[in-house]
Amino acid sequence: MSVTTITTTMRGTTMFADYFSRALIAGIGLAVVTGPLGCFVVWRRMAYFGDTMAHSALLGVALSILLSINMTLGVFAVAALVAGALIVLQRQATLSIDALLGILSHSTLAVGLVLVGFLTTVRIDLMGFLFGDILAVSVEDIAIIYGGGAAILAILVLAWRPLLAATVSPELAEAEGLRPEASRLVLMILMASVIAIAMKLVGVLLITSLLIIPAATARRLSATPEMMAVVAAILGAIAVVGGLFGSRTWDTASGPSIVVMALIVFLVSLAVPVSRLFGRRVPHGA
Amino acid sequence: MDALAPKETLITLRNAGVRHGARTLVSGVDLTISRGEIVTLIGPNGSGKSTTAKLATGVLKPTMGSVTRKPGLRIGYVPQKLTIDWTLPLTVERLMTLTGRHAQADIEAALEAVGARRLLKAAVQELSGGEFQRVLFARAMIRKPDLLVLDEPVQGVDFSGEVALYDLVRQIRDTTHSGILMISHDLHVVMAETDTVICLNGHVCCRGTPSAVKRSPEYLKLFGERAASTLAIYEHHHDHEHHDDGCVVPEGEAHDHHHERDHDHHDHAGHDHVR
Repeated sequence: MSVTTITTTMRGTTMFADYFSRALIAGIGLAVVTGPLGCFVVWRRMAYFGDTMAHSALLGVALSILLSINMTLGVFAVAALVAGALIVLQRQATLSIDALLGILSHSTLAVGLVLVGFLTTVRIDLMGFLFGDILAVSVEDIAIIYGGGAAILAILVLAWRPLLAATVSPELAEAEGLRPEASRLVLMILMASVIAIAMKLVGVLLITSLLIIPAATARRLSATPEMMAVVAAILGAIAVVGGLFGSRTWDTASGPSIVVMALIVFLVSLAVPVSRLFGRRVPHGA
Repeated sequence: MDALAPKETLITLRNAGVRHGARTLVSGVDLTISRGEIVTLIGPNGSGKSTTAKLATGVLKPTMGSVTRKPGLRIGYVPQKLTIDWTLPLTVERLMTLTGRHAQADIEAALEAVGARRLLKAAVQELSGGEFQRVLFARAMIRKPDLLVLDEPVQGVDFSGEVALYDLVRQIRDTTHSGILMISHDLHVVMAETDTVICLNGHVCCRGTPSAVKRSPEYLKLFGERAASTLAIYEHHHDHEHHDDGCVVPEGEAHDHHHERDHDHHDHAGHDHVR
């Protein structure tokens, strides 16, 4: 009995460095993307929108297995479709946007769960999809995160000015020759992509926290939108590193630990009145 | 600019209108704006002022008639109401490059021109209504637009700020020779320099110079004798200076400045505000 325990621990330790560093690398890669993208989610008040897209990811998982297609692609497609459906419904429906979001968010999640129940031939780690399993990331997953992440960041950088202008005022952006509707579409696609690559790591229920919490924390520490994006990326990475080490130390679930760490950073930032340091105008007439 | 040079036409609306579903937002608008010209749209709420401005900027496509813009027309836009959420950290400096890249020297010069140079590093959320409006003017001007569209530019600005902004519009027109399309938030207020006032009420109900519109039977019919008698036309008097924050400073304390306009129209029935 005691011998078995010791061998398991030893095997665990030798493997540990490997999967733990993989988790760290994957998590940091993801946080660097969710930070800047999350700023737009916060600025455009899209938190619930993002949540709805994330919840639909489970439906994406179930459908990809049913149709035997690539899961990342399947999740991306379903999230993008849900975003498109929301935009269309928002234009013509009589229901308010939050009611629409509530309907789509929970029904896609429920349909996904029901479909997963029908998949008797495949064993699915449901908890892994709901709350993520960052410690199980493979090298291939890391390649997807960094490849996809680099593409998302590149698009974000290229489209930054029109995206930001459309966020400040769609009307102004359009009057001055930009295309705010196209910007919105780009943002939806980027969000669907980030959800597709993030799902394995933190799960469909926790993805939006990585978008929102670091960005919300960064606000108090930033004077410009660009600075906020960079700070959010750094804070997200800190949450990943802190959360993963915490989960190793206290043997807690990794995904939730990362979110808890992000929350702690947020709460600490509230105690620091740093926003006062930025953008403070010269006292009138002084 | 040579005063005798033929004025370049920037934009022409011919019998233009927009129908949205079963509703006609505005119809039959004829309108031309040339370089150095100020056109002011007035009319009650829902009369199609904003729709007409959107036709001009190209945000809306006409469903009736036509809109012709000079090829490559550069538009500077000062929106009606712009609230920037606290979650978005934005300094005045950063706002200036919102829709395009500009050199630091140009940014400072544009802010200097509207007397807002010292606000460069200020967060937009901390500005007063008048300051923000000045900054938005500077932001539109830095683009060196051919056409400047001002949607209710003085709304929410106190009286002295309002006077200062009208002066600014005049100054912009004189220095940049851009065409200006302005929507007035007040039926009764029109800048004296306005070349054409277009009074809308779903269609063009009357048009002309400010003093002509003021006397036109259509204007009287639409807004009543009393309203017409209070159509205030702002004129420029060099009796004050501006602080760089936009405060109007009368020349010498004893001087009354002549921009006062009483907002209580009832007291002014029968008075002539055209100065």
